[in-house]
Amino acid sequence: MTLKKFINRILQMLLVLLGISFLTFMLTYLAPGDPATAMFSAAGVTPKPEQLEAVRVSMGLDKPFFVQYMTWLTNCLHGDFGTSFSNKNLVLNQIMGRLGATVKLSFLSMGIMLIISIPLGVISAVKENKWCDNLIRVLNFMGISMPGFWLGLLLQYVFAINLKLLPVASQGMGLNKMILPSSTLAVAMTSKYTRQVRAAVLDELSMDYVVGAKARGLSNAQILFLHVLPNAMLPLITLLGISFGSLLGGTAVVEMIFSYPGLGELGIRAVRGRDYPLIQGFVLWIALIYMVINLIVDISYSLFDPRVREKRQS
Amino acid sequence: MLDINDMTISYGDNRVIEHFNLSVKPGEIVSLVGESGSGKTTVVRAIMGLLPGNGKIESGAVIYDGRDLSKLSDKEMKTLRGSEISMIFQDCGAMLNPIRRIGSQFQEYLRIHDKKLSKDEARKKAESMFTLMSLPDSSRIMRSYPFQLSGGQRQRIGIAMAMSFAPKLLLADEPTSALDVTIQAQIVRQILMMRDMYHSSVIMVTHNLGVAAYVSDKILVMKNGSVVESGTRDEILKHPKMDYTKKLIEAIPVMDGEIYV
Repeated sequence: MTLKKFINRILQMLLVLLGISFLTFMLTYLAPGDPATAMFSAAGVTPKPEQLEAVRVSMGLDKPFFVQYMTWLTNCLHGDFGTSFSNKNLVLNQIMGRLGATVKLSFLSMGIMLIISIPLGVISAVKENKWCDNLIRVLNFMGISMPGFWLGLLLQYVFAINLKLLPVASQGMGLNKMILPSSTLAVAMTSKYTRQVRAAVLDELSMDYVVGAKARGLSNAQILFLHVLPNAMLPLITLLGISFGSLLGGTAVVEMIFSYPGLGELGIRAVRGRDYPLIQGFVLWIALIYMVINLIVDISYSLFDPRVREKRQS
Repeated sequence: MLDINDMTISYGDNRVIEHFNLSVKPGEIVSLVGESGSGKTTVVRAIMGLLPGNGKIESGAVIYDGRDLSKLSDKEMKTLRGSEISMIFQDCGAMLNPIRRIGSQFQEYLRIHDKKLSKDEARKKAESMFTLMSLPDSSRIMRSYPFQLSGGQRQRIGIAMAMSFAPKLLLADEPTSALDVTIQAQIVRQILMMRDMYHSSVIMVTHNLGVAAYVSDKILVMKNGSVVESGTRDEILKHPKMDYTKKLIEAIPVMDGEIYV
């Protein structure tokens, strides 16, 4: 990627972030219910009207929309995402405190997913339309059809309550506490990726270079492991980036079920408690991380594919 | 050294080659000519055991060095492919992995057939093959990816690789069809040079009777999966018996009364 294109991408990202910040702020502004009231009710207090008014003025809620937005935006740019209504902690601290847990959970579930889906996808492609391919495809279909909230409960019931192998809920980040939530997340992803790996390997197997390699006397295993598989991984890189991004924001349901102390659980609590600063900070951070990951994926793509590299240089 | 007796090839229920016979002597160049779809490529692919999809040799024998290639296991074929019998294609560059450097694939190929060869020796051998094929700047080519090279360079690389183990039989599938005329002539001459050097037999598939006329000892004219006419170069070119052959010959561009490649 040339420097000019890189700068272009960064500018695009900033523009998108600005748009997102505006939309989140506007949506929370338009949402029914008043933040000041929400703040009192979060604290469990019924305020007197003059107390309410005083708080509204101190929070700047009496100002026009754009003034409120600009104040909030400038504060954000200075790293101040406000304080949470419900527990008076800094939004930034709360998000950062939870980010690690969700990243760990995401990596673990992606790891489980890769370990299962790559071999299954390869077998499925190599034995195309044979019985094991069909079996794997049926399993995939089942995996994709199972919603996470249901599967999570099922796993809890079987492994935690009946077999008593693993804890029901996490309340922490030990590996044994992460197994059930990450497996729950991994199942649907595994099904999706098995199909992707299968398609990518089939694509590569139909390429001329496979015939060429055979004509040079390479064995099927050599062709598969030295040529087809590495090439088939290229299109997966992009997908992995997208999946990682959506996991960071999309683990909420599973985190709730297992009361896992991650970002998603924080986000849901924020929505429930009308904790507006927290919601806004949460959305903005997820968007930022998502875009940074995609940027990294794009850059890494040109590292792995010489054809892309050449095109970018010229 | 190669005798194909009464070979029939089918894809499922669809017979594409019927009762095909061919005999090649050491050092001889035999051309298969004919229009697209006549089954020329299928024949050479079958010799290599590289028929795509559900294609298979239904009956007949492909006798190479006293062994019937159509009966060999994949493992036995694998040791022959690329060493004793090698193949070049219409676009040899496309037959290489697009995202790996040519050098690494050449070295990999050399070391598969010669287990004792070190990486460094393999690199030297590859570079010397490039020099032989008059590819200058061989170390740059070793570092290149296939897509970075021209059509002529890609063909030369293909020939260089194919000749590395001095194969007894070279199968050339339309090796000049994707090239412009001047490069075609160079590539044809280099194939001839390699044949002279290594005494390999060559089976050349081409739809260009001009190229066949230039290189061949023997010519087989094919149409719709069977041989229409076969004979020595002069028999076919000067005394064609079949109308189809006569038509093909009429289509060769002629310059100063000479057949022009």
